[in-house]
Amino acid sequence: MQAVPDATTPASAGGGDAASHLAIEGVRLVYDTSRGPLVALDGLDLQVGRREFVSVLGPSGCGKSTLLKLVTGLLPPSAGRITLAGAAVRGPRPDVGIVFQQPTLLPWRNVLNNVLVPIRARGASVRAHRDKALELLKLVKLDAFARHYPHELSGGMQQRVGIARGLVHDPALLLMDEPFAALDAMTRETMMDELQQIWMSTPTSILFITHSIPEAVYLSDRVAVMGPRPGRIVETVAVDLPRPRGLETMADPRFIELTTHLRSLFREMPEAEA
Amino acid sequence: MAEGLKLAAASLTTFVALILAWEGAILLFDLPAYVLPRPGAIAEALSRGWIGGFLWPHAWFTLQGAMIGFAFGAVAGIIAGMIVAEIRVASLAIYPIVIAIQSMPTVAVAPLIIVYFGVGLPSKIVTVALLCFFPVFVNTVAGLRAADPRLIDLYRAASASRLRMFLDVKFPGAIDHIMSSLQIALVLAFVGCVVSEFIASTAGLGHIIKSFANDLNVSVMFAAILSLAAMGAITGFAVTLAHRRIVFWRAR
Repeated sequence: MQAVPDATTPASAGGGDAASHLAIEGVRLVYDTSRGPLVALDGLDLQVGRREFVSVLGPSGCGKSTLLKLVTGLLPPSAGRITLAGAAVRGPRPDVGIVFQQPTLLPWRNVLNNVLVPIRARGASVRAHRDKALELLKLVKLDAFARHYPHELSGGMQQRVGIARGLVHDPALLLMDEPFAALDAMTRETMMDELQQIWMSTPTSILFITHSIPEAVYLSDRVAVMGPRPGRIVETVAVDLPRPRGLETMADPRFIELTTHLRSLFREMPEAEA
Repeated sequence: MAEGLKLAAASLTTFVALILAWEGAILLFDLPAYVLPRPGAIAEALSRGWIGGFLWPHAWFTLQGAMIGFAFGAVAGIIAGMIVAEIRVASLAIYPIVIAIQSMPTVAVAPLIIVYFGVGLPSKIVTVALLCFFPVFVNTVAGLRAADPRLIDLYRAASASRLRMFLDVKFPGAIDHIMSSLQIALVLAFVGCVVSEFIASTAGLGHIIKSFANDLNVSVMFAAILSLAAMGAITGFAVTLAHRRIVFWRAR
């Protein structure tokens, strides 16, 4: 499969700054297992600019979730460095927002209080952030459900609560770990549009982990392709499609060209071991 | 609503059929009253016991023994469970002791408890508390350890204190487990109290059952057993209701 010209340049095409906001440089991560050391990531380089939307695309078992723990500072890298917003990541970083594959809400708290979880967890004033939380609920179209409990909401609505929760503390970076993977196909497409809108109306950098090629291309400024174990970025593809993207984007020849190119990269990859 | 009526009708039919079969069996096999009294005789014993009032002090005694022991056992189980789940060193120290104690059948220890605490209410409370402790303890530990690791990560990333994490995530998440274990403990509470009363007691429904067994007065024994069943059912229903109220987010 031939390479797509001018698509593999590392410069960002979308709203990102040239200066990298999140910088992962030469990161290596070795786990100690009962069967000896396991190299999960090796020589991983990745940059996310300010207000940039970057997707990490990879097969399962390539260490995407490990990457998430590294960036939040929950796991120190065995080698290499990670800097976020000008400071090295050396321990838990409260200025990162996280959205998981499952909504992972507290079922005993109402929607508003679930959005306020990162504030409560930091021991900051919940009252001072109430308006911010309500504003975010409006952004995710759930302002009418602030007093509802998670079990009264659909899966898509719960995931939108999760997104609002990820943004409530104005994080320097929003990490999203396959946030739409558990949703049905219809809800998933709506959520992609909503996420694009949310991202365009908030000053947030997003690192989006996914294994869906169309989703990555549709949403991102750049798509970083991760290879199987030991995980590292094998290629970065800039997505030069105009924004806002919509239904017609998926029919755009450039969209098809990019997704085809990404698909071909995965074809050439060796199978990842479980 | 229609479902509820259907259920009530079905239960009533079964109940009536059972009573009729009972009466029928006594007539058919000519059973003497000291083996199987007629339902009417049991009803009479029940009304003498409850309307006449002779069962009241005994039911009250058993209820006290079971409920106070249950409360002590459950609270101790929850506290010990929290310590074991949260503090690693404590878990290493406490677990073997708990397992060792649990390996002894509590019922076998009951006579010893009576030697130490006398034939009155305290020995009943101690026996019941010992029986109730273990299921609550085990479920508290399991519930606290079942906390969603992603939520824990979320709190850790925010540098939340362990207390904050415990109060916000772990403990509320464990309540469902704990409430289920209280159901189990409640059943054990009545078992423990009655067993202790069998061994030696001054009062209690278990004491009644044992005393009247000596006289072969089976209808009073049945009356006491039915009273125990009613007490178990009512308290069990109260726990179920509390469970549903507290763990309102669980679909049932």
